[in-house]
Amino acid sequence: MWAFINKLRSPKWFYAISARLQPWFWAAALILIVIGSVWGLAFAPADYQQGNSFRIIYVHVPAAFLAQSIFVSMAIAGVVFMVWKIKIADMAAAMMAPLGAAMTFIALFSGAVWGVPTWGTWWMWDARLTSMLILLFLYLGVIALRGAFTSRDSASRAASVLAMVGVINIPIIKYSVDWWYTLHQPASFTITGRAAMPLEMWAPLLIMVLGFYCFFIALTLMRTRSEILRRESNKRWVRDLAGGER
Amino acid sequence: MAFESFNEFIAMGGHAPYVWAAWGVTGGLLVAVVLHARAERRLLLRNLQRRVRREERLVANQGEMAGISHQTGGNRHDT
Repeated sequence: MWAFINKLRSPKWFYAISARLQPWFWAAALILIVIGSVWGLAFAPADYQQGNSFRIIYVHVPAAFLAQSIFVSMAIAGVVFMVWKIKIADMAAAMMAPLGAAMTFIALFSGAVWGVPTWGTWWMWDARLTSMLILLFLYLGVIALRGAFTSRDSASRAASVLAMVGVINIPIIKYSVDWWYTLHQPASFTITGRAAMPLEMWAPLLIMVLGFYCFFIALTLMRTRSEILRRESNKRWVRDLAGGER
Repeated sequence: MAFESFNEFIAMGGHAPYVWAAWGVTGGLLVAVVLHARAERRLLLRNLQRRVRREERLVANQGEMAGISHQTGGNRHDT
């Protein structure tokens, strides 16, 4: 166990293993997103109340899932970095933040666009929408905080702390639809309960969600490798890479 | 198929602007994120290669200089 954790600490080991994992996650992401998109856009039946505007769900829900999962991942990486001083966790956290912000933006934008035909308004200051907007600001805060320090170690620690504190917003987002009156519909998916949709509707949604997760993993592996090149460029093994790798 | 024709698919039952705006922005951002990651990696590798090459040249130059000074030193001993 400890040997394994010690290996995980090593950027060199991560660089090698991620090179092997990466193509699988890219391939899975591409296949799942293509299948999910075609199925969701063209084959899933129209909603009996919302018509075809409900097809926005296939980008809205996966983006909103990722927006929250990425923040949780960042907070966990922050704990790992602060407690065990594992640099690779901080590198991954730094690389995740912009994707998290992009996903939060997609969730907000697609939600606003969906709101127009469905609710008759693109924005409401209700609990779900407001807490999602706060999530976007938290992401931007984490990104800005990292840029605000000249010392990398201070930047890493500050960003980790903000991620660890900000993660309190995640349960607020999740339960906002139950705690407060809101326009937003309750969860479409539950792990335990029955899905609120027929199979032809939620199967493509599940595929899209999985595809988005694979995309997140693939991109984080790729960008963390880049970050290793950036931060460890004085290490012998990184310099040796410069000769061979493209 | 939920649609009778391609035109109907594009029209999305009158919801085309909403559906295609949401999907378009999502697709565009995903593609942009991948292109950015690729450009970032290429740039870093290129910078790394350039740096390593420059330092190798520097080391080689220093080697030459050391060789010259050694020679001149040797000459001095001869005289």
